[in-house]
Amino acid sequence: MKIVVIIKQVPDTETKIKVKADGSGIETDGIKYVVSPYDEFAIEEGLRLKEKLADDSTVTVVSVGPERTIESIRTALAMGADDAIHVNDPALEGGDSLATARVMAKAIKDHGFDIVFAGKQAIDLDQAQVGPAVAELLDIPQVNVVAKFELAADKTKATVSRRIEGADELIEVSLPALLTCEKGLNEPRYASLPGIMKAKKKPVKQVDLAALGFNASEVGAAGSHVKILKWLPLPERQAGKILKGMETQAAVKELVRLLREEAKVI
Amino acid sequence: MANEVLVLAEQRAGNLKKISLELMGIGAELAAKLGADLTAVVIGNGVEGLAKALGAAGAKKVYVGETGEKYYNTEIYTQAVSDLIKQTQPSVVLAGATALGRDLTARVAARVGAGLATDCTELRIENGKLVMRRPVYSGKAYIELESTAPVAIASVRPNTYGPAAQDASRSAEVVKIDVKAVTPRAVVKEIVKTAGDKPDLTEAEIIVSGGRAMKAAENFKILHEMADVIGATVGASRAAVDSGYAPHSMQVGQTGKVVNPKLYFAVGISGAIQHLAGMRTSKVIVAINKDPDAPIFQKADYGIVDDLYTVVPLLTQEFKKLLAE
Ligand SMILES: Cc1cc2nc3c(=O)[nH]c(=O)nc-3n(C[C@H](O)[C@H](O)[C@H](O)COP(=O)(O)OP(=O)(O)OC[C@H]3O[C@@H](n4cnc5c(N)ncnc54)[C@H](O)[C@@H]3O)c2cc1C
Ligand SMILES: Nc1ncnc2c1ncn2[C@@H]1O[C@H](COP(=O)(O)O)[C@@H](O)[C@H]1O
Repeated sequence: MKIVVIIKQVPDTETKIKVKADGSGIETDGIKYVVSPYDEFAIEEGLRLKEKLADDSTVTVVSVGPERTIESIRTALAMGADDAIHVNDPALEGGDSLATARVMAKAIKDHGFDIVFAGKQAIDLDQAQVGPAVAELLDIPQVNVVAKFELAADKTKATVSRRIEGADELIEVSLPALLTCEKGLNEPRYASLPGIMKAKKKPVKQVDLAALGFNASEVGAAGSHVKILKWLPLPERQAGKILKGMETQAAVKELVRLLREEAKVI
Repeated sequence: MANEVLVLAEQRAGNLKKISLELMGIGAELAAKLGADLTAVVIGNGVEGLAKALGAAGAKKVYVGETGEKYYNTEIYTQAVSDLIKQTQPSVVLAGATALGRDLTARVAARVGAGLATDCTELRIENGKLVMRRPVYSGKAYIELESTAPVAIASVRPNTYGPAAQDASRSAEVVKIDVKAVTPRAVVKEIVKTAGDKPDLTEAEIIVSGGRAMKAAENFKILHEMADVIGATVGASRAAVDSGYAPHSMQVGQTGKVVNPKLYFAVGISGAIQHLAGMRTSKVIVAINKDPDAPIFQKADYGIVDDLYTVVPLLTQEFKKLLAE
């Protein structure tokens, strides 16, 4: 099987986000980038599938992003992916999810695919759009927020469980399909030292727009359907009323009073 | 053809979800500003009856699509909604940022070429156009977007807007829409409940979450007791989940659920940035922690510095007394 995993490089969850004074974006100095956490579940599931099949199946990582993205691609290769496609072109700058998905879908199609794993959402803009958009553009079914995955013996379909509010949907999906991965699906492995060494020699295909057959008007800001008007910092939160050094009973009474009379939430 | 603000009304098992009425509320506001008609679409099995409630909530027209299928299906709904959008060309489409809404809108937007903003926490009209505000970087900043395509689709975080007023004297014209025979390649076979009858964390108005300090699954009992008194849903931090005190479906945060209640209790939770990522938009945050320097107190509107094992049972008693009045 041709197993494809799409991963995005994003700022580490600890990153302090500072909006530029003119609202045009965020300060990027000093940001540490990582593989988006949900994409780690996608990589792991791809690897587990390959290991289970134990045939000539391959796991290919595809990522759209600037130069620095290569580090995250190497992380995925160090975990065990076989090869990668890095789509990088200055014209992609400022593209929305749909523009990214368009490029991604073409790269995946050119490579060939039987199953595509993505993250539930990338933790930068938290949009949760690229997975379903890629599925639509590839004309394959999607299952979002997958917490369990099992390939059927005949390899033409899979049984998956998708998390919804207060319940799980048990879904039968025919392949090829795209699945977006949720925490709980698996425990992603760490890259081993030999894995990291091997990753350095694994093939990473660098692809630009011309190679995919796009022109600049189809991607980036020009190929997008939404435009970011501005970025806003969080509003300042007023200092809270913290009750300390009081007798517990009195503090509890006061808290309840505040919740009822001041906050009016009880 | 009149311009429309179209609400994707969500139902489960034939019941309208609360988010649908919240969307009708903000939808009416936007429609008035745009001089557009407020309409709604509801899809499912035997759902025509829901048109009444949507009419009372202000819909002028309700499009009804009968699928004959018991459960939600991505491909069937995508086809029906996309066909409707292509036909009626609403300038604004609203959906819930729910499991269903997230699944559906991304696919529909790609199909019809609409400008989509997911998980919005503020919508307004400026210069005749919809401005969509949404949190990014797990709530550490916001962006405002507009659609550059003729159709804007916004999915709205539950509990962001109050429900539309219901007025039984209002009614909607019911328009049946074709649900084309798509043979779906992914089919829901069964829905397995994973939680009790309480609202899901993502929809709950009050949440009581416990952290590592709960020390054992049994100790969550005191949180459940308090939650039962005030009608809350119980959540957990990742440390509590990873330690096996609570299932992942209860986790709030970066790699758990993003919640938006009016009242959030963080009990024995330190307030790590990844926990804040899931609950930062809560209207009122209450922290109970014995460490006065716990970062959660920086974000809390109210707090008690004390041992949770003495505070929580007393709080439960106080709430009981208050609510009995
Ligand atoms: C990629 C990534 C994703 C993550 N995702 C999430 C996520 O989704 N959700 C999440 O919550 N975390 C997440 N985390 C973990 C996060 O960084 C913290 O480790 C976690 O939130 C800590 O949980 P806690 O506050 O319960 O535990 P602790 O940080 O250990 O805090 C326990 C608190 O309880 C207090 N306490 C102890 N005993 C008592 C008592 N008797 N009475 C009162 N107070 C008491 C202590 O003072 C302390 O403040 C993530 C981390 C990473 C790296
Ligand atoms: N630029 C990208 N390159 C590769 N994969 C991406 C990219 N953007 C998004 N994805 C994938 O799509 C998922 C959802 O991303 P998003 O829609 O941005 O929240 C991510 O978890 C990734 O699996």
